[in-house]
Amino acid sequence: METEITLLLFVLVLSIFLGFELISKVPSTLHTPLMSGANAISGITLVGALLASGAGFLSQPITVLLGTAAVIFATINVVGGYLVTNRMLSMFKKKDVE
Amino acid sequence: MIFLEEVNTTLIVNLSYILSSMLFIFGLKMLGSPETARKGNLLSSSGMFLAIVVTLLDQNIVDFSWIVIGLCIGASIGYFAATKVKMTSMPEMVALFNGFGGIASLLVGSAEYLINIGLNAASLLAIFLTVLIGGVTFSGSLIAWGKLSEFIGGKPFLYKGQQIVNFLLLAILLICGLEMIFIQGLFTETQYQILILICVLAFILGIFLVIPIGGADMPVVIALLNSFSGLAACAAGFVIENNVLIVAGALVGASGLILTNIMCKAMNRSLANVLFSGFGAVIDLSSGEKAEQGEVKPLSSSDAYLILEASSSVLIVPGYGMAVAQAQHVVRELGELLEANGAEVRYAIHPVAGRMPGHMNVLLAEANVSYDVLVEPEDVNPIMDTVDVCMVIGANDVVNPDAKENQGSPIYGMPIIEVDRAKTTFVLKRSMASGFAGIQNPLFFKSNTRMLFGDAKDSVSALVAEFKA
Repeated sequence: METEITLLLFVLVLSIFLGFELISKVPSTLHTPLMSGANAISGITLVGALLASGAGFLSQPITVLLGTAAVIFATINVVGGYLVTNRMLSMFKKKDVE
Repeated sequence: MIFLEEVNTTLIVNLSYILSSMLFIFGLKMLGSPETARKGNLLSSSGMFLAIVVTLLDQNIVDFSWIVIGLCIGASIGYFAATKVKMTSMPEMVALFNGFGGIASLLVGSAEYLINIGLNAASLLAIFLTVLIGGVTFSGSLIAWGKLSEFIGGKPFLYKGQQIVNFLLLAILLICGLEMIFIQGLFTETQYQILILICVLAFILGIFLVIPIGGADMPVVIALLNSFSGLAACAAGFVIENNVLIVAGALVGASGLILTNIMCKAMNRSLANVLFSGFGAVIDLSSGEKAEQGEVKPLSSSDAYLILEASSSVLIVPGYGMAVAQAQHVVRELGELLEANGAEVRYAIHPVAGRMPGHMNVLLAEANVSYDVLVEPEDVNPIMDTVDVCMVIGANDVVNPDAKENQGSPIYGMPIIEVDRAKTTFVLKRSMASGFAGIQNPLFFKSNTRMLFGDAKDSVSALVAEFKA
């Protein structure tokens, strides 16, 4: 159990450093798409929501209800986030081509 | 045989999670340049798709009906919101989505808490943090959304003892956390009671944290809440012991923190200052000092046209006012006419212009302005003396020379776009009312400044009409 938590913490620390490295290279022009894209990624909590939502209503009614509500919110985040990011990024153009 | 199959499924699921993490990382890396950004977003979304599909293989899922209902409702709301939202309303939408991420993590943490009996301290701590961060993110984001869409007044809302109240709330929350983790049954009897108590307190804390913050500081708040929504997902990852949640959550958390930091630096203020001292409080002290600053020189659009027509270098400085007036399209039209007239046209964008990081860039991109003519203050300030005309459209505090010259000003030290050094500066403004921060702007009284009063869209349209005539 303890080794598992340590491993998870290890992953956490490395990811944070990786995140800092990656994001500091994003130009300010793209900060809004970056935020909405990051927002979509934070919808990853959907993975946990799916597990709770599928636990079986008869044996775990409250878990299923909470999980389903979480699925709804997280899916809004994922679908809406990626779509709106794509919509924004499709507008960023260089004019030289014309 | 059955054992082997089970191992294989778990292995496939875990390997797929690694692949999703890689796709998220590559996706974010490709966001580093406008050319590859769209592909990056696609990669990142395929990583998400993969993670969702393999999760559905999990043996603990016994019933898919509720999942399908949830996915359908969520996907249709998400699709509708993403395709219908106006680009000027982007800050509201991002604020709202931050909140949804937070509440989703809160619900996942709560579900895990109620389903499992006899969790160890580490898991309980993770659940506590998930609920706390998720709750603060949710209610804080709703307040931010309310302020941005002007359901709630945008002015800073300050009261005495605000910090004390917040610290007390946090202290009570921590005690509740201790009760949840170590000493069940101290002042609540059931799991439900303590969970609901923590949720309610976290919601109140989120409201209290965001409500004092004024509209002009919203870029910082949105970036910070963005970071929180990632951290909540990260904490949820510890609850269900899942690496992909931790990696993705940490990436988002780091991204939000970097943006927060950039925004704070662009205002020369610390995060603590933005969060706890509301801007309104400082201003009253300094505004009275310099009552008499000189005369304002208004300009008609036909005179403005004559000056623009003769200039070979034009710098446009957009601000929130351009977004409010929806003037980005007509500004682009004017820019093209000036270019056709032989002038070099650039757009100088301050990091905190607008209501969220990159707000102006998105609006100008929507209006079809090429991103390579958008420049940052540090690039344009050294060559400001060579600019013939600076057009300040709906920006105020980010061009206020007090930031360099007046040590008593609350914005002293903030990096600005030094438009007062251009040969001529046009300020497009509704009236002489002071800007969002409520500070006097001596730029309006400088000898090389001319004021074009009126709605930004109307003023620019008038200029466009002059050019076409």
